[in-house]
Amino acid sequence: MLNYTIRRLLFTIPTLLFISLIIFLLLDLAPSDPTGNLPLSIPAEVREQIRQSLGLGEPIHIRYYKWLVQFFINEPLNIIEQMFDITIGDGDRLRVTSWSTRSPVVDLVLERMPQTLWVVGMSYVVGVLIAIPIGVYSAYRQYSWFDQTGTFISMVGFSVPTFFTGVLLIVIFSTIVPTDSFFWLPSIYDTTHKVTDLASFGFQIRQMIMPVFVLGLFNAAQISRYMRASMLDNLGLDYVRTARAKGLTENVVLLVHVLRNSLIPVVTVIALGIPQVFGGAIITEQVFKVNGLGHLLIGGIEAADIPLVQTLTFIFAVLIVFFNLIADILYGILDPRIRYD
Amino acid sequence: MADGALQEPILRVQGLKMYFPIYKGILRRQVGEVKAVDDISFEIFEGETLGLVGESGCGKSSAGRAILRLYDVTAGTIKLNGVEIAGMKGDALRRQRPEMQMIFQDPQASLNPRMTVGAIISEPLTEHRKLSKKETLARVFELLDAVGLSRDFVNRFPHEFSGGQRQRIGIARALALNPKFIVCDEPIAALDVSIQAQVVNLLEDLQEKLGLTYLFISHDLSMVRHLATRVAVMYLGKIVELAPRDLLYNDPKHPYTEALLSAVPEADPTAEAGRDRIILEGDVPSPAHPPKGCNFSTRCPKVMDICRLKTPEFKQLDDGRHVACHLMDQ
Repeated sequence: MLNYTIRRLLFTIPTLLFISLIIFLLLDLAPSDPTGNLPLSIPAEVREQIRQSLGLGEPIHIRYYKWLVQFFINEPLNIIEQMFDITIGDGDRLRVTSWSTRSPVVDLVLERMPQTLWVVGMSYVVGVLIAIPIGVYSAYRQYSWFDQTGTFISMVGFSVPTFFTGVLLIVIFSTIVPTDSFFWLPSIYDTTHKVTDLASFGFQIRQMIMPVFVLGLFNAAQISRYMRASMLDNLGLDYVRTARAKGLTENVVLLVHVLRNSLIPVVTVIALGIPQVFGGAIITEQVFKVNGLGHLLIGGIEAADIPLVQTLTFIFAVLIVFFNLIADILYGILDPRIRYD
Repeated sequence: MADGALQEPILRVQGLKMYFPIYKGILRRQVGEVKAVDDISFEIFEGETLGLVGESGCGKSSAGRAILRLYDVTAGTIKLNGVEIAGMKGDALRRQRPEMQMIFQDPQASLNPRMTVGAIISEPLTEHRKLSKKETLARVFELLDAVGLSRDFVNRFPHEFSGGQRQRIGIARALALNPKFIVCDEPIAALDVSIQAQVVNLLEDLQEKLGLTYLFISHDLSMVRHLATRVAVMYLGKIVELAPRDLLYNDPKHPYTEALLSAVPEADPTAEAGRDRIILEGDVPSPAHPPKGCNFSTRCPKVMDICRLKTPEFKQLDDGRHVACHLMDQ
């Protein structure tokens, strides 16, 4: 397993380099102009000078090379310096800098990460926690009313976009419900809110409910279907009959024998979904004004902030490649029939 | 076992029916039922082996599973050691499980792939017996010895074994709780011929040592002849003939038994060349729509008018065997 992991990790290096090149070329091909959002009164020569100062005058391979150096050498060195409070070399290197905010992209990402992890991550956890019992019970009582209702709800959750459910919830819980009611929920997520006591913790919960629910419904819809299908696959297998013949209780048959085997594919699906959490739910973050990573990415695209978009997209790519590897390794750990060496 | 009537049978099955509903349409209404097992009755005495033979789809596996209550039976009574188990549910049924076990056909699929051999064999023990960890392990070792597997295998997973070894694991698992009655559901059908003999010999040895009673389900007529004390022949959900082994093989009474036995190849080429085969016409009717009268009437070479009208009774003949055929009335 260790050899396999190391081999796979080595393979990720060319993969990621290739992905970074593709992202770079795509962004370069896009007809975006970082000065496009500046006031119209700025004359064309000045705009050209701004572009030159951003480095857009250099040929493409030079710009790509510089980004590589900044991202793969300067940024890690910088992180090491900050972690151990030391200075390597003269300590003066060029970091990947956002064009629109003039602040290092990595700092921006670290600043936005907590909101995304709290809201989107929580919705993923909630989604998984809801989905697994629903999937298990739906499969166990296939075609029952519970199963049919579950199928209907997951179809709705899957097919109705989050910008619809999000706005619908806002209309109900933020406008129709009176502000002084217990059921009123804030429509805008307040990032500056600090949890200091029970009351502020309560407010944090309240402002998280709607975005978490909207995303959680979507995630649960997907995962519960996988769970149900996987349970159904296993329920029909011979070893389940063996377990019953042993005289085990139905709970043990279902939760120890069937569920453990059914979780193998579901766990990998869940692992593969985690990078999406880091990617932030762009639309939902937009609807509830959660200034997380998705929000940052949209802002960067609008401002043609190429270093920001390039770096963020690449970080997502790294996470996806990494969690793919984790999913494969998990498969090997969970299923004794699969051995990689 | 001609004097069997004097003994109390370990298993008495009467009028057992196992129907599976068929659902169709958008609303999944029940539109019919597959009569997998349709009114069978027999007894098994302690220490004997009853062979249950028949072609694929005749309901022999369903019968075995229904008797062990792996299904909810449609009708009939099943008395195991004098305890009526046909209507039992939940915990009461679970407590009967140590008395009756099954050896399954497919040793690959019937073992949980995520459990080690030790866990598979010891699970019934932890469920039904209050043993310490050490005692449980000692019992697992004992069982591994009994089925001829190495004690080193406890921590391995089923996929690491060959088919014959896996079936031995399945047998060890079935024996864990010291059952008296075991249903062997085609235990050798998925194995190589060379391994089949080993497993059958193991089953015989265990029967002798532990005083087991088998219901041996198989389509391998020669193997049943080797193993069984008495043989029951099934066709389309019904037992057509039930007789002591030698009587059945030497002098079959039911036309279906005759046809079935005539299909067994001879090892001797000269005998094989002169063998009279009874070739049955047509296919087995669907168990969802069995024919009127005798189930075998559509293919029987000796069919009479009455066969298409009246279901023959399962009657005992003078020599002790049971046959369900109108020919016996003449």
